[in-house]
Amino acid sequence: MSTPPRPQPSGPPTPPRPPASIFGPPRPMGGLGVPVQKAKNFKGTLNRLLGYLRPHRGALTVVVVAGAIGTVFGVVGPKILGLATTKIFEGYMAKAAGRPGAGIDFAGIGRLLSGLIALYVVANVFQYLMQYLMANVAQRTVYTLRQEVEAKFDRLPLKFFDTRTRGEVMSRAVNDLDSISGTLQQNLTQLLTSVLTLVGVIVMMLTISWILTVGIVLTLPLSIIIVARIAKRSQKFFMQQQAALGALNGHVAEMYGGHTIVTAFGHEERAIATFDTLNAKYYDGAWRAQFVSGIIMPTMMFVGNLGFVFVAVIGGLLVTRQSIAIGDVQAFIQYARQFSMPIMQLSGIANMIQLTVVAAERVFELLDEAEEAPDAPGATVIAEPRGAVQFDAVSFRYKEDVPLIEDLSLEVAPGQTIAIVGPTGAGKTTLVNLLMRFYDVDGGSIRVDGIDIRQVKRGALRRTFGMVLQDTWLFSGTIRENIAYGREGASEAAIVEAAKAAQADHFIRTLPENYDTAINEEASNLSQGQKQLLTIARAFLADPAVLILDEATSSVDTRTEVLIQESMHRLMHGRTAFVIAHRLSTIRNADVILMMEGGRIVERGSHHDLLAAKGRYAALYESQFAGRAVTV
Amino acid sequence: MLKLARFLAPHRRQLALVLVLALAQSMANLLLPRLTSDIVDQGIIKGDQFHILEIGGLMLLISLLATAGAIAGSFVSAKVATGFGRDLRGAIFARTERLSVHQFARFGAASLVTRTTNDTTQVQQMIIMMLTMVIAAPMMAIGGVILALSQDTQLAWVLVAVMPVMAVVFALIMRGAVPLSTVMQVKIERLNLVLGEGLSGVRVIRAFDRGARQRERFDHANLDLTDTAISVNRLIAVLMPALILMLNFTSVAIIWVGSHRVDAGVMQVGAMFSSLQYAMQILFSVFMVTAMFVMLPRASASAARIHEVLDLEPEITDPAAHAVETGLEVRLRAGAGHVEFRNVTFQYPGAEEPALTGVSFTAHPGEVTAIVGGTGSGKSTLAGLIPRFYDANDGEVLLDGVDVRAVPQAALRARIGFVPQTAVLFTGSVAENIRYGREDASDAEVRHAATVAQALDFIEAMPDQFASPVSQGGTNLSGGQKQRVSIARAIVRRPDVYVFDDSFSALDYTTDAKLRAALRAETSRATVFVVAQRISTVINADRIVVLDDGRVVGIGTHTELLKTSEVYREIVASQVSLDEVA
Repeated sequence: MSTPPRPQPSGPPTPPRPPASIFGPPRPMGGLGVPVQKAKNFKGTLNRLLGYLRPHRGALTVVVVAGAIGTVFGVVGPKILGLATTKIFEGYMAKAAGRPGAGIDFAGIGRLLSGLIALYVVANVFQYLMQYLMANVAQRTVYTLRQEVEAKFDRLPLKFFDTRTRGEVMSRAVNDLDSISGTLQQNLTQLLTSVLTLVGVIVMMLTISWILTVGIVLTLPLSIIIVARIAKRSQKFFMQQQAALGALNGHVAEMYGGHTIVTAFGHEERAIATFDTLNAKYYDGAWRAQFVSGIIMPTMMFVGNLGFVFVAVIGGLLVTRQSIAIGDVQAFIQYARQFSMPIMQLSGIANMIQLTVVAAERVFELLDEAEEAPDAPGATVIAEPRGAVQFDAVSFRYKEDVPLIEDLSLEVAPGQTIAIVGPTGAGKTTLVNLLMRFYDVDGGSIRVDGIDIRQVKRGALRRTFGMVLQDTWLFSGTIRENIAYGREGASEAAIVEAAKAAQADHFIRTLPENYDTAINEEASNLSQGQKQLLTIARAFLADPAVLILDEATSSVDTRTEVLIQESMHRLMHGRTAFVIAHRLSTIRNADVILMMEGGRIVERGSHHDLLAAKGRYAALYESQFAGRAVTV
Repeated sequence: MLKLARFLAPHRRQLALVLVLALAQSMANLLLPRLTSDIVDQGIIKGDQFHILEIGGLMLLISLLATAGAIAGSFVSAKVATGFGRDLRGAIFARTERLSVHQFARFGAASLVTRTTNDTTQVQQMIIMMLTMVIAAPMMAIGGVILALSQDTQLAWVLVAVMPVMAVVFALIMRGAVPLSTVMQVKIERLNLVLGEGLSGVRVIRAFDRGARQRERFDHANLDLTDTAISVNRLIAVLMPALILMLNFTSVAIIWVGSHRVDAGVMQVGAMFSSLQYAMQILFSVFMVTAMFVMLPRASASAARIHEVLDLEPEITDPAAHAVETGLEVRLRAGAGHVEFRNVTFQYPGAEEPALTGVSFTAHPGEVTAIVGGTGSGKSTLAGLIPRFYDANDGEVLLDGVDVRAVPQAALRARIGFVPQTAVLFTGSVAENIRYGREDASDAEVRHAATVAQALDFIEAMPDQFASPVSQGGTNLSGGQKQRVSIARAIVRRPDVYVFDDSFSALDYTTDAKLRAALRAETSRATVFVVAQRISTVINADRIVVLDDGRVVGIGTHTELLKTSEVYREIVASQVSLDEVA
């Protein structure tokens, strides 16, 4: 920056926020005295992050050169301005002394000032160039990082997603990347200009007077000591404030989450009273933290003023002894002001960089997660799958020390319907996970049409299956796009055909824009039953050899379920189907029912066989229909 | 933003103090350059070294005072701003607590939490900025111009002229940047949407082998955002250099004009000296205002969100005190709990169709009234009308012959024991959670309620029995256990009217049956409403109200309805067809 406007004793409590942050996420003020999280491996992470800047080496070189030119030219400014003042002063003094022909050398001043204007224009053009180029570098870098994160998601095993909340993953992919983007955009160039300004100013000051320079530099340790002391106290208050805020937010979240109950039991006043207590406590910590961190700037400014007075007085005395020119004092005052700003900025930047490295560390952790094993070399594609499925002595566990599926074998002929029932945690969904290769078996093997599924390309294997889940996943887009999701490049006729087969065509046509009706974010413009019909249509379109229905109707009421089942049965016709169901009423027509418990198949057979056997299945069946002395 | 200013009103005095302190500080800071000009004119030019030292001492004193003022200002500002935040938060919370269930649902808990916490913090931060930085800016600017004017008018005009120029440049840049930033916000949301969908749909995406399509969607959104971000940042990049360049030109102009004024003998060198400093101070003030503009859009968006909540008048209000019938409370207390729906129609605001249309029926004490119907048929809405979670648009709901809207909410709800579909428990012990139903319940009563609710066994198996803590959100209990505590909470209230809003579905069949048997004895004199999906739950009800699309399509006992109601027969058939085969 050229003459940064950090002039007067009134200097700012914080440097003006770099304007680029106008649109960025809320960034911590990078303020002094705010506790900062520590990175685990600062150096390694920083290096790795800087590695992402490597493709932009060329642009960055220009950025550094432009920044250097901009800063150096700016730093020279006050000195030249001082020369002009000296000329005026000399002319004035000569005139006052009554020397004949004496006067102000306007031609000389004019030359100095035109030179200065050119200098300032160049300085600021280069400053702009630096920032302009940096916009591209920063955003492109973050673009690359985002792409890597997204590509990574595609390669991560399902286990990763199953063991983390969506918020946790989103926070890394969104907030942490934002933080990196902000730092790249603003703080890197700030770092550059601050360091250069600091060095430039010291050099310029030394050219004027070493005595004055020493005096100014000596104020530096003084301000460091003061800031360190205050920052230590303010950290304590910030911690207090943070704890109080946590309690307050907890109460708010709880009361809002239970709003109906609070209302129903008439406890609004009590909730408010508790809130007020917590709010008062938070206020207590908050104003202290605010106050203590708020006095850092005035005290630093005071130190700055000490330097200012020192320069004015000593400089004045030196001028009267004619050791330096008056313009130099003027320039020195400006330099003294510029001296403290980069230092304050640097401490803020240091904090920001720490925060950024922590954020980068979290992103890199994500990028370093273990990936799914790639497709085996020579992996094949099942060209025309018939839908024969074999589980051969399969064993699997999610956690190494918790056995789940042990030595499970099963043979399914093409076109058969297999129902899987059992209590929660019996391993029903796990079977599906293994079949789809969302997880790989630990022992034994699974074969489709006689081929070990690990020898089949994942994508091709999964296209063999069609899935309808309890969680009806629709994405924002039209109904048509959502059905078409089942098969790439499906024709319009095929889409309508699938909707008809799923008995969804009728309700779609009652919607305002038929197949073009947009599904909103929560898909709240469709009922649960309608959503399920769309996912069935999607499965119809995919036309898979094997169908997997995982609790597909458990979130709709029983009357709707009856309707959906019609579509479902049509979908299952002629395909191998695995049906997981909570309501036993839905699976009685299955060819084989597997009763699972603790990862084992404890009973297998048809509905009638199993009821007759009076085993676990019969007991479960009885419990579901207990107390139902219904006479229809 | 301005609408929230009323929360600053109680702090008027402190605000005045902040103003005074800021003024004093600005004056002190402006005096320093003035004194430097004195050093130049009186000390240097006249060679008076003693005078230089004297002025130096004065400058120290003044900057000490300025610092003291700044610290005092920081103290008062901190108290005002955080006090403002506290009051604002308190007001939002109090308002939110009084919102009707429906008003509340329109925002959603998550959004209201954000408004109560983050948004107030955002506005509070803005106030701090204003008090500590922005407030002093105009004072510095005006004071600087006045002081410059007092030294030399022509030179001062340079300062006055440059300010509007800066404002225009700033405005031009912002005019380009603000719409772009709105576009950028939309693109950020789009990217997050695509990302979020990819995460929640990971199973489906993989099952259909459509990862490539997801990546394509993401790449498109990412590239789109990146392009806009680059444009925005490039435009913003102009701002700083442009403003600084103007400051630089101002300095040059001061020296040039100053040199002529000095030559003409109308101005002293020291005045030129201090004018340079004033220029910096004034322009610095402009930067401060710029900084405020930087924060303003975010803070005013927060303020608008806060205001949306504060602006909301609670839909459900108590009748005015004079309108409450005399002796009503006594009458209600004596009442047995007859509930009557008289031609009730209810439509959610903004909905196209009414959720309930012309519902009429009566429920008597000592009887169980079941409400059945498919999802979206209006069962829960009907249940919510009794404790006044909503108010009917048409018709009335009567409790012992009195319109529920004529009864103060507290008096009404004191007679109702409500059990929601998903159990909600609060942080605290198990006993505290049950006592939430009635604070003065004795230990024996709490225990009894737990026994009836079939909760005693698992509570006693917990390490500290009734004193065992329930963690936030009740995560240390299973769904069924939470539901039983939630039922005990309603029982301990000893209400005249019980409303079970599909409360039994989280229970396994055996517990469900036991619980209902125990409840029968406990609630023998109360009016009981049971909203349910399972036919087995309602089969023994004294009266079953069948809803379809918000209309009553049948009322009667199970046996009667099997004969008279087609919808009821369908519901039954969908659940029990198995029994026929078995």
